[in-house]
Amino acid sequence: MQTADQTLDEILTLAAAHFKVPRETLGPDDDFFKTLGVDSLQTLDLLTRLEHHFHVELPDYELEGVSDFRTLASRIQARL
Amino acid sequence: MLDLREYTCLGAALRDAIDRFAAQTCLIEADRDREKTQLSYSDFKELALPLARALEDAGFDAGGRAAMVMSNQSKWLVSAYAIFYCGGVLVPLDFKLTAAEQLQLLAHSQATVLIVEYYLWRAITQSPDFQNLTTRIVLVTEAPLGADLLGGFRWEDFKRKGAPDFVMRQREDVASIVYSSGTGGRPKGCVLTHENYLEQCRALMAWYPFWPGVRYLSILPTNHAIDFMVGFIGPFVCGACVVHLRTLRPEFVRDAFMRYRITYVALVPMILKNLERGLRAKFDELGAAKRFVLDRMIGLNKLLTRRRPKVKLSRLLLPGVHRAFGGDLLALITGGAFMEPSTMQFFYDLGIPVVNGYGLTEAGTALTLNDLKPFRADTVGKPLPGVELRILNPDAEGVGEVAARSQTVMSHYLDDPELTMETIVEGWLLTGDLGRLDGSGHLQLLGRKKNMIVTEGGKNIYPEDIESVFDGLPVKEYSVIAANYVWPAKELGRELLVLVLRLEQNQQFDSKLLEEVNARNRRLPDFKRVGGRVVWGKDFPRTASMKIKRNDLAEEIRNTIERSAVVKL
Repeated sequence: MQTADQTLDEILTLAAAHFKVPRETLGPDDDFFKTLGVDSLQTLDLLTRLEHHFHVELPDYELEGVSDFRTLASRIQARL
Repeated sequence: MLDLREYTCLGAALRDAIDRFAAQTCLIEADRDREKTQLSYSDFKELALPLARALEDAGFDAGGRAAMVMSNQSKWLVSAYAIFYCGGVLVPLDFKLTAAEQLQLLAHSQATVLIVEYYLWRAITQSPDFQNLTTRIVLVTEAPLGADLLGGFRWEDFKRKGAPDFVMRQREDVASIVYSSGTGGRPKGCVLTHENYLEQCRALMAWYPFWPGVRYLSILPTNHAIDFMVGFIGPFVCGACVVHLRTLRPEFVRDAFMRYRITYVALVPMILKNLERGLRAKFDELGAAKRFVLDRMIGLNKLLTRRRPKVKLSRLLLPGVHRAFGGDLLALITGGAFMEPSTMQFFYDLGIPVVNGYGLTEAGTALTLNDLKPFRADTVGKPLPGVELRILNPDAEGVGEVAARSQTVMSHYLDDPELTMETIVEGWLLTGDLGRLDGSGHLQLLGRKKNMIVTEGGKNIYPEDIESVFDGLPVKEYSVIAANYVWPAKELGRELLVLVLRLEQNQQFDSKLLEEVNARNRRLPDFKRVGGRVVWGKDFPRTASMKIKRNDLAEEIRNTIERSAVVKL
């Protein structure tokens, strides 16, 4: 199984591709609402992409209160 | 549709509707692309009555209060009907509040029954305030078999055989207590009567009727006044069907339109804008020739529908767009927050009418609605039947506070006679919103008299409710205030909460303090966050009991600095 760091790194790469921003502009503790200027629905779109990549299914409520990539990665890691 | 004038309570109207439309489908529930439940009105009754009987056997009776904390799903409606059947009072709580906030409102409402979804119950039981929960009966939905529910019962097992006793209520009896705000210390529990709901439903259905075969997609939280009315009471008394989706993922929402051939849906601006973005991106992908044809068809549709919608004609002119919405969509309903006129116009020009309106929890659901005769994106529509509006103390342009009188206006705020007296004056509800009525009777909203914002997701955020997150900030004092309240702008866009900081003598606003502010701000859900900051050079005006005089502070700031001085956070 992949490590938490690998999961986090892959999420950052996928998020950068999804929102069309350079990978180096995203950090693990960035508030993605602020850094990317997106709303909660746009982050749900990203979640779908992450689910396909990691082959997991996350209910919407798993994203409640999550606003940084590190926490998001821990939620996904817990289901791998 | 039932003739609601003949009824004295929601329970009786729902009971008759369930019998009259027994064979019709009333609920469909899907999780992503998997359909979980499909119920006829007869099936619905079979689920609700054993629950009502079990509640009665457990001592729940007329006037008893039952709270619900649950995302949109069929069990929400089944439970609500069981509560009304017993003559109970429904207390629908926002499932997006924190567990601590939910516990606070549960205590305030004095609910004796709590019906809660499993993941939310887990959060409540892990809250430090859980020990103060006094609710007598807790029913937990979708709990795994064998899970320790800490005194709660599995909803699915809480049923009894035998017909429950139907408890009739009168029109003036309380039907529900809906919290419009107040998690920061002064809960505003709107006490709504059966008459409020029956009259609201009559008014709405007079303009936008439902009938058997109509499918309403329920996306807004059912605890919200709009979905409670157009996603439960309205469709049920007309024999229509409600479709619940257990996810808000845009792709599944789009899919649900087609799969279930949706007729109506109520949306907040954030979702409507998301749909707009998706459509615009699709249009941009079209080749030059197809795009040319599309633009011409949109232009033609615009011309032919300028006086009123002609949905069938629009479907012929723009079949691809309408197919993407299932082909049967009659209107998108929007309310609860400021909606950009350009977004509404975008959909209207595609032949998809946007029915925007204006309302408050204190006024039931809606006070005004666009009647589409013709469509006006620049207003929030006309008063619904039975609603009187007045503009108090209008200025030279006719702008003043909107006041409303209607049978849909709440009875009072729970346990707060003082606030009730300030809010309902001689039968008129003072909305705290600024607006004017134009020559054709349309209401235009142009700002707010009250210190609050409404987010694009339809959430009312009051500074008092979030201020405590900044406790311990190393400054002399601080306050949160709504930008449009400090600097009235005669518009309702650009909603922003501003953190006002009074620094210690010789203190500078440095990067360390910014970090502290940001860290605290991030503890709030994204939609509640403060978006700007100003450093204020004077001590805050305070009452004898040391409470900040917010009105005075806002006025002092307004008279001293411009809105442009606010620095983004």
